[in-house]
Amino acid sequence: MHPIIKLVVQRLSLGILLLFAASAMIFGLTEALPGDAAQAVLGQTATPESLANLREEMGLNEPAISRYFDWLGGIMTGDLGSSIVNRLDIAESVGKRLGNTLFLAFWAAVVSVPLAIFLGLLAVRYRDRWPDKLISAITLTTISIPEFLIGYVLVYFLAVKMGWGTALAMVNDSMSLGQKLNAIALPVLVLTLVVLAHMMRMTRAAILNVMQSAYIETAELKGLSVFNVIAKHAFPNAVSPIVNVVMLNLAYLVVGVVVVEVVFVYPGMGQFLVDAVTKRDVPVVLACGVIFAAIYIGLNMLADIISILANPRLRHPK
Amino acid sequence: MSDGMLKVRGLKIGATVYPPGEKPHDIDIVHGVSFDLEQGKVLGLIGESGAGKSTIGLAAMAYGRGGVELTGGEVWVNGRDILQSSKGDLRSLRGGEVTYVSQSAAASFNPAKQIMEQVTEAAITHGKFSKAEAESRAVELFDKLGLPDPQNIGKRYPHQVSGGQLQRCMTALALCPEPDLVVFDEPTTALDVTTQIDVLMAIKDAIRETGVAALYITHDLAVVAQVSDDIMVLKMGEMVEYGTVDQIINAPKEEYTQALVSVRSIDHEEKAPAGVPVLKVENITARYKGTNFDVLKDINVELHAGQTLAVVGESGSGKSTLARVITGLLPQKGGNVHFAGRDLNPVMRTRPREDLRELQMIYQMADTAMNPRQTVGTIIGRPLEFYFGLRGAEKQKRIQELLDEIELGQGFQDRYPAELSGGQKQRVCIARALAAKPKLIICDEVTSALDPLVADGILKLLLDLQKREDVAYLFITHDLATVRAIADSIAVMYQGEVVRYGPKSEVLAPPFDDYTDLLLSSVPEMKLGWLESVIANRKMASAGN
Repeated sequence: MHPIIKLVVQRLSLGILLLFAASAMIFGLTEALPGDAAQAVLGQTATPESLANLREEMGLNEPAISRYFDWLGGIMTGDLGSSIVNRLDIAESVGKRLGNTLFLAFWAAVVSVPLAIFLGLLAVRYRDRWPDKLISAITLTTISIPEFLIGYVLVYFLAVKMGWGTALAMVNDSMSLGQKLNAIALPVLVLTLVVLAHMMRMTRAAILNVMQSAYIETAELKGLSVFNVIAKHAFPNAVSPIVNVVMLNLAYLVVGVVVVEVVFVYPGMGQFLVDAVTKRDVPVVLACGVIFAAIYIGLNMLADIISILANPRLRHPK
Repeated sequence: MSDGMLKVRGLKIGATVYPPGEKPHDIDIVHGVSFDLEQGKVLGLIGESGAGKSTIGLAAMAYGRGGVELTGGEVWVNGRDILQSSKGDLRSLRGGEVTYVSQSAAASFNPAKQIMEQVTEAAITHGKFSKAEAESRAVELFDKLGLPDPQNIGKRYPHQVSGGQLQRCMTALALCPEPDLVVFDEPTTALDVTTQIDVLMAIKDAIRETGVAALYITHDLAVVAQVSDDIMVLKMGEMVEYGTVDQIINAPKEEYTQALVSVRSIDHEEKAPAGVPVLKVENITARYKGTNFDVLKDINVELHAGQTLAVVGESGSGKSTLARVITGLLPQKGGNVHFAGRDLNPVMRTRPREDLRELQMIYQMADTAMNPRQTVGTIIGRPLEFYFGLRGAEKQKRIQELLDEIELGQGFQDRYPAELSGGQKQRVCIARALAAKPKLIICDEVTSALDPLVADGILKLLLDLQKREDVAYLFITHDLATVRAIADSIAVMYQGEVVRYGPKSEVLAPPFDDYTDLLLSSVPEMKLGWLESVIANRKMASAGN
């Protein structure tokens, strides 16, 4: 077997194993919380008899292990259970929310990843000169300001004062793609400003590291332009660390957008999760947790696999 | 300005240095060097490290490596002073009119790109050839340089070809855009001698057939004598002597050139083995974890107190692996290492401290073998504390004794490795090994990274110390001149086996086995026409078979 396939299969199986471990941990943590679903449904004033009845009905008297495997089996077959607040099927309501979150994350990534890499290349090109310093200063400033503050400031200036974009990023199925994009323009901008610095700095550092190599001198002595040297010779060798940071940031775009979704009242996973936590809707919290874990692990696994594929020694063995 | 394609006048080159503990300041590396080079001629630049030869070579491309700056003088290429050229003009010069072959092709090829793309890139970028033309020219060059499967080798990645092949690919890279001048910067230094000879011949033929002018930079006079028309000897950024190859090697005028020509004049009388051997390697086989072949196959050698066993071989022959087995870094698969009357435990971690003390090691890269944040005194003092528990004034006294022994004297105790020259660093490493009062020191290519004159000094020091301390050396090297200078007995290794072993006088005397013969005949000799005669002999021999 090609060694690269072996490595990729290894990474994949490790990822799956990790996902199981994460699901067990999420389940275990919600178990450890005081009270249970029956308590949550009936509230503080419930009588012990009604609690016992409901527990029996919901199967809460089973040992935790068997409930975990029931739950796990459900997830594997696409059944996330139903909310204890509104009795709706979780898979269905989460599906729509997840779609919205991925939509936002996707467009934020489409804007921020190429921009960050381009700015990183530019910073290397003008290393230690004013463009480099300006790029660093601006991106580090935006990452240092809490995102809700950036969000409100942008809403105030761009949406309220200048009238560009809308302050509330409400999207629904009846909107065209253009309308949707218009609606999410401001949150995409905020997210971009938040994740730009990481990816830009890592691109800059990884490429500067590669720029010390002898083959960069070879490229310079071929009379290539500086930008060609960086983009064609340095960048392909710096892919690995860059991809890792890009994936971490993509994961953040999906998992960490809670605050931004709340600021812009965007109907995504973040809001959904916050609602579920405040209402102690344990099955929903569990489902969201597992989905977030899957996305996080999946993206990092993807980063590993891309790093493996980017290594010519592994791709083309002797 | 019609004569000569390269004309250098009063070239001055400087750099900013950042010595530890001092303010950064500017220094001059090259102080006004002038020379001419005509179309189709080869000029050899020779000198030790720090002579400024690479710096001068790169100046022909108006390129300063690192913080190096071209501060004065004129460099005329094809009728214009390139030190006054615009950036755009320099880009068309580099890779178009002048190209560069570096010492380490392995580091100079981009690991992420196919060889063909890199070889043709300059020619295509400068609009000299279309992609198809450049590729067919590259295939032609691959063929001319004797690379296997010239049609397809370009599709490979750099790590998929051997070091010698990659060095030839680098030459193809430099010749592909049909330049007027090629700068060869130590192109064969990193290669094994048996590989060097083929690459050298390939480069020489390619230069002759393409009629390109070349600057050939090396520290090895015997090598440059084979390929150059003229030689310029450099020392500390100044020209010492300039002449034809014949004049420089047969009738050098300057004292410094004479020293370079007569280097390796050490005459070491072979000692006969006496008494019980201090080291006896018996039937050693070894393999690396996760591999399925033995890197050492049934090795048997022995070494007596106060003597030197030279282990000679090319890269991959297993000579350093043997050292790893003896030191316990790589536990053997089979066999015994018998040392000073006892069997050594195969695993280093389980060896008693006395074993560690009596068996010391010196490495090729003195730079990386020392902690850059420790002073020389701390470095040498550490084994004194660790093995003998010396403290305070007693320790200071012993450190000074050791510094005197390695001829460094007063004032070195408080210096940091960065403040030492290459030779001085290696001396400190020797002192650190000696501090343990070992019975055996394993010397792994200890002179390979040093200039010939400096290396000579180190070898003399090692021989002196051996006489005084009665210490045995296991001397690992690929350099046969070093072997002649220091060995009492020799083991020639090839592909994990000892192919020839015995006292120096026997090993280096005919009749030879095939491999030893190849190895010995590949060592460049300082005479005109040596390269051609060796190649001719080999052709005759293979025709005879």
